[in-house]
Amino acid sequence: MTAIPKEEYLLKCTSACAGCSSSLCLRYITKAAGPDTVLVVPACCTSVIQGMYPNTAMDIPVYNIAFAAAAACASGLSNAFRALRRETNVIVYAGDGGTVDIGIQALSGAFERGTDFLYICYDNEAYGNTGMQRSGATPLGARTTTTPGGKPTTKKDLDRIVEAHDPPYMATACSAYPLDLFKKVKKALSIRGPKFIHILAPCPPGWRYSAEKTIEMGKLAVKTGTWVLYEREYGNLTINGPSKAAIRKPAPLEDYIKGQGRFKGVTPAMLEQMRQQMQANITRLVREEEGIC
Amino acid sequence: MLTIATGNKAVAAAVKAAKPGVIAAYPITPQTEIVEQIAEYVTAGALASEYIPVESEHSAMAACIGASAAGVRTFTATSSHGLLYMHEMVHWAAGARLPIVMANVNRALGPGWNVWAEHTDAFSQRDTGWLQVFVSTVQEAYDATLMAFRIAEHENVLLPVMVNLDGFTLSHITQSLEAFDPGDFIPPVRIPHAIDVENPCVYGPLTGPADYFRFRWDIERSMRDSVGVIADVEREFAERFGRSYGPTEDYRCEDAEVVVVAMGTLGKEAEVAVDLLRQEGVAAGSMRLRWFRPFPKLDLAGRDVVVIDRDYSFGFGGVVAHSIRSTTGAEPYSVIAGLGGQEVTHEDIAGFVKTRQSGKEFWFGVNDRV
Ligand SMILES: Cc1ncc(C[n+]2csc(CCOP(=O)(O)OP(=O)(O)O)c2C)c(N)n1
Ligand code: SF4
Ligand SMILES: [Mg+2]
Repeated sequence: MTAIPKEEYLLKCTSACAGCSSSLCLRYITKAAGPDTVLVVPACCTSVIQGMYPNTAMDIPVYNIAFAAAAACASGLSNAFRALRRETNVIVYAGDGGTVDIGIQALSGAFERGTDFLYICYDNEAYGNTGMQRSGATPLGARTTTTPGGKPTTKKDLDRIVEAHDPPYMATACSAYPLDLFKKVKKALSIRGPKFIHILAPCPPGWRYSAEKTIEMGKLAVKTGTWVLYEREYGNLTINGPSKAAIRKPAPLEDYIKGQGRFKGVTPAMLEQMRQQMQANITRLVREEEGIC
Repeated sequence: MLTIATGNKAVAAAVKAAKPGVIAAYPITPQTEIVEQIAEYVTAGALASEYIPVESEHSAMAACIGASAAGVRTFTATSSHGLLYMHEMVHWAAGARLPIVMANVNRALGPGWNVWAEHTDAFSQRDTGWLQVFVSTVQEAYDATLMAFRIAEHENVLLPVMVNLDGFTLSHITQSLEAFDPGDFIPPVRIPHAIDVENPCVYGPLTGPADYFRFRWDIERSMRDSVGVIADVEREFAERFGRSYGPTEDYRCEDAEVVVVAMGTLGKEAEVAVDLLRQEGVAAGSMRLRWFRPFPKLDLAGRDVVVIDRDYSFGFGGVVAHSIRSTTGAEPYSVIAGLGGQEVTHEDIAGFVKTRQSGKEFWFGVNDRV
């Protein structure tokens, strides 16, 4: 079994909401990365939960930067460390908004340039920092403060955008599987070049479920096949254990949808569209893994 | 080494001499030659910098911020729309107290598309906390770029510096250039608050009003301290390399009855106008404003002044004219000229002086046509 270090780099004094799964992820990510790491954080919940100057909940250097600028700032850090002949890890920890919306240009540029860094997007499927407005990553039918009637369009497929850049390593993860996340961060950091991890990070106030259900919600996302855990190393795709089982025998999608207030008002037609979309995603990934593209 | 070079090439040569650790930049007319020349230096091994060919100016400044935060010397260059596109990060760089040096090749702003000289681009960044210097010759572009690193990286400054040169009328003209090895005039960079994994700190977190206020005051304190640092660096430069610079370049001002204030290449054109006026018996002088931030104390109180603004603040007036009015109490004749690269000759400038009306504003090429 992989030993998780006892050292804590995200201390127990964050101002995250109860049941915040993205801060749970950050704890495991920093444990995997260790102290020779700089975390780059654009505007998002993570810029808030680290605490207020002069206090901080982080015990590694954190560089907070403007909303659109995380990947570019990380480029500068990464190249500067190369100039200084230092091996410090540069990790971006950005929300879905800072990734799929305003930050996508900088992300694309940094990946195309082959920047040596790890970009982690924690996806709570909305703009948490500003009070849960829709993002490009908000799924079909989800209510947010700017889609009070449910989002009429589907979730932007970030992973296929990143895949188009052919990074040496990319993976999905979910906060309900922290050991899987830990291992993926370790593996990513052992590879040179631009690496990417996309974490589904359930968010109690945003998704409208009670805090103690946060792990269950992540598990349901995976078990229903809504979220597929995989890794793509140098172009070779592996679907990970929990998703393999889920694909063989998926839990009913309703189990995932029903538990979340944001999906109140989803029509049967929408549910059917979600199911078809989910199935298409699974089929595409399975075929890729089997080598039938 | 004496060569001939364009203003752009002079900036690139000064960057080569200063040896930044990281350069991140994006092309835009009329600055492009700077980034191309630097890319050639790096490719040829003449400059051992990390060169980041970013996908936008916002990212150029963000990358410089990251690199500078890691503790290395950084440089970028831009112009006009590029400068505006990075505006958010221009503020960020100063707030983060990073001694980034940027060349800005002054160019007008669209619409319509216009690639020629104007100062509105630089002035739009007036309140960001950057030091701004305006140059007028190829040699000055080189010298000021070198000095910019010294000034920005000074422990009592630690603010970014923008070196402004006029698009085309300086960026693309050739003059003689003495490029030289600055030696220990440019010592290794030391950024006291650089990221150190042994001493982990958080940078730029949520900050309450009291601390935020203190940080803002600290920027202003350093801006005020920079006045003395600039003077010291310019004095040392003169002693070591033989060319002296100051907050203004004054020409035949001592006994002048009227002083023309202009910036960049128009400031040089004004010197020719002064000679012309003197031949005609008008006791004119000229004052080329070099430093715009920190804004210098000018000895113009009670004097007859003609200010040429190659810029405009709509609903307010010429930025330089108003700055002079508010800091000296002079009531200048405010001439708006040279926008979008409009040609302004020394005869034109002599004409402004001869027809001046203290306190009035005149749009050259507009007011005289209607
Ligand atoms: C240029 C700019 N526009 C808007 C904002 C306001 N803003 C701050 S964070 C944020 C949303 C962040 O959403 P996401 O990236 O998903 O992260 P989360 O808050 O959900 O963790 C917005 C809109 C900003 N800081 N900068
Ligand atoms: S809004 Fe969601 S993501 Fe943000 S701190 Fe709260 S639980 Fe975490
Ligand atoms: Mg979000």
